[in-house]
Amino acid sequence: MTLREQNRKLFARLALVAVAMFGFGYALVPLYYRVCAALGINALGEVAAQPRNSQVDLARKVTIEFDANAHGLAFHFRPLVNHIDVHPGELATVEYEVRNDQPVAVTAQAVPSYGPAIAGEYFKKLECFCFSQQTLGPGERRRMPVVFVVDPKLPKDVTSIAISYTFFEVAGRGGKG
Amino acid sequence: MSAVVDTHGHGHDHGHEHHDHHGGYSGVMRWITTTNHKDIGTLYLWFAGIMFFAGGMMALVIRAELFEPGLQLVNPDFFNQMTTMHGLIMIFGAIMPAFVGFANWQIPMMIGAPDMAFARLNNWSFWLLPFAATLLMLSFFTPGGAPGTGWTLYAPLTVQQGIGMDFTIFAVHILGMSSILGSINIITTILNMRAPGMTLMKMPMFCWTWLITAYLLVAVMPVLAGAVTMTLTDRHFGTTFFNAAGGGDPVLYQHIFWFFGHPEVYVIALPAFGVISQVIPAFSRKPLFGYASMVYATAAIAILSFIVWAHHMYTVGMPVTGQLFFMYATTLIAVPTGVKVFNWVSTMWKGSLSFETPMLFAIGFLFLFTLGGFTGLVLSLVPIDIQLQDTYYVVAHFHYVMVAGAMFSAFAGIYFWLPKWTGKMYNETLGQWHFWLTLIFFNMIFFVQHFLGMAGMPRRIPYYPLMFETWNKISSIGAFGFAVSQLLFLYNLFTTLKSGAQAPQMPWEGADSLDWTHLPTPVPYHTWETPPVLK
Repeated sequence: MTLREQNRKLFARLALVAVAMFGFGYALVPLYYRVCAALGINALGEVAAQPRNSQVDLARKVTIEFDANAHGLAFHFRPLVNHIDVHPGELATVEYEVRNDQPVAVTAQAVPSYGPAIAGEYFKKLECFCFSQQTLGPGERRRMPVVFVVDPKLPKDVTSIAISYTFFEVAGRGGKG
Repeated sequence: MSAVVDTHGHGHDHGHEHHDHHGGYSGVMRWITTTNHKDIGTLYLWFAGIMFFAGGMMALVIRAELFEPGLQLVNPDFFNQMTTMHGLIMIFGAIMPAFVGFANWQIPMMIGAPDMAFARLNNWSFWLLPFAATLLMLSFFTPGGAPGTGWTLYAPLTVQQGIGMDFTIFAVHILGMSSILGSINIITTILNMRAPGMTLMKMPMFCWTWLITAYLLVAVMPVLAGAVTMTLTDRHFGTTFFNAAGGGDPVLYQHIFWFFGHPEVYVIALPAFGVISQVIPAFSRKPLFGYASMVYATAAIAILSFIVWAHHMYTVGMPVTGQLFFMYATTLIAVPTGVKVFNWVSTMWKGSLSFETPMLFAIGFLFLFTLGGFTGLVLSLVPIDIQLQDTYYVVAHFHYVMVAGAMFSAFAGIYFWLPKWTGKMYNETLGQWHFWLTLIFFNMIFFVQHFLGMAGMPRRIPYYPLMFETWNKISSIGAFGFAVSQLLFLYNLFTTLKSGAQAPQMPWEGADSLDWTHLPTPVPYHTWETPPVLK
């Protein structure tokens, strides 16, 4: 083989290596995903485990009783359930219904009270209709949620809490919400 | 090397010198059509020189902006374009072509070959470069300007840049093609064109480092070409390799890029080691200490360079096992590199040293490259790297290995071989001034950047808190001093070429490769038309 032929042969081989390495660059793409999958890394968008609320005290239950009063108002006001059982730390939602039976619009504010009174500081409301004044047109009916958590620090001897809402008219405001 | 050369054919060279000189063309056409390895080597070196000054101007814009906190001279976008283009031009336009230039000049002369194996391909390999550089520079004039992504061209920024990014991608393609063709040429020349008796283990170390470098280039430049091609198709053809909006992964880009990028570091460093391995023995008047271990160390560095890439990306969120693997592999590279450094020192040990400019640059290289190697070792450690990632500590580190490593080595090579190539002797006093000023200003720029990095100053940002001001001022003043010192080199170079003193046949008495011992000074246009026979 002449030198010229030897040179061309080596050129062809090295050019082949270069082309193969160009392909290898592309082969790194599936390789990357395979390695990531095999090692269980880079699992973007996958949830490794369901989120769990570690602050729920599953060892005990507290009965929450719901009460509703309309202080001299012609309101039909009641909770949709009378009582539920919750674990301390567990998020719970209940609903109240209110209907204005008067021929005029009324603005009123609900005020909660607790029994026993000490339970009040452990009863954490995240959302409550009592946070704002409610304006109801004549005959208007409304469902309103209460979202709450009972603090796990609730004393052990408290096994039930009664929460009572009372609507008071906000005098002078009428229907002006 | 103590090989005995049969000089029977070599008087013959002079006879040929007068006809077929310069291939029959003159003026510009001589350079455009030349297939002579020496002409092409010269072209590569001039090109590298021009790019070195272009990239240097960009560095000055960066340092001028960083002279004071706050924004003074350029907007952040242009600042980012400057850092990007400075990096790309210095790596692909200045350092790599400079060493290809040395390879073109020296390898055929050192191994007794009449020219490169593919002389016309060699011409094309070079002439691709000016077009690539032009394309790269043109990106400044496109809407949105040049890419501001950093030289690493990371996704997702690259997917979002303007049309300048496409210019850059094609420029990288052309540069890559030039490098691959040049490398194939070098490998073929070394493997097939050695003179009879010039066994691989008798080759000068410079040829060995280039042989291994050329293999690295053939293996990794195509991977870079693939990475930028993927970026291109992500931008225009609806693929989503790196575009997270379509399920791609930007971290994937970093893996592919650094699979190229780390061997690329050694593509730059190994030929620099080669030049140093020629210069130090010549000025120590001793053969290179531990020649065989040098060869094996070079090969070991090259092989290890393929399994350490992810140390550039410890902070992307890789598992601890991955970090540990890449950390240990990286620290392992210190072993063969240490072998080389100790061999150079041992070569100097009890040698008859003299300190002309090439030797000064080589010793400067030895000190500063080793310092850059040490900071590299620091950065290889995961817990420290996480702290220092993307700070000026990294900037200081890689400028110690790129500037004080590769560039000092290139200056050593120029001063060392210029008398052989041109027959003219440079001005030694000016050369030494050039060295000392370069050394002082280099450290003024980059040594203080270690402190900035340790204090947490991030790179690639045009402004900084007041507390970093002092070191930045020192660094910027150093940068301008460095630039002025390089003008001294230009002056020395031009006056040498124009009216330099006649160089003696053997300006360096300790030099022992074939080109020094068996070719006249200046070397004739054609050498080794009849190969020497080594016994």
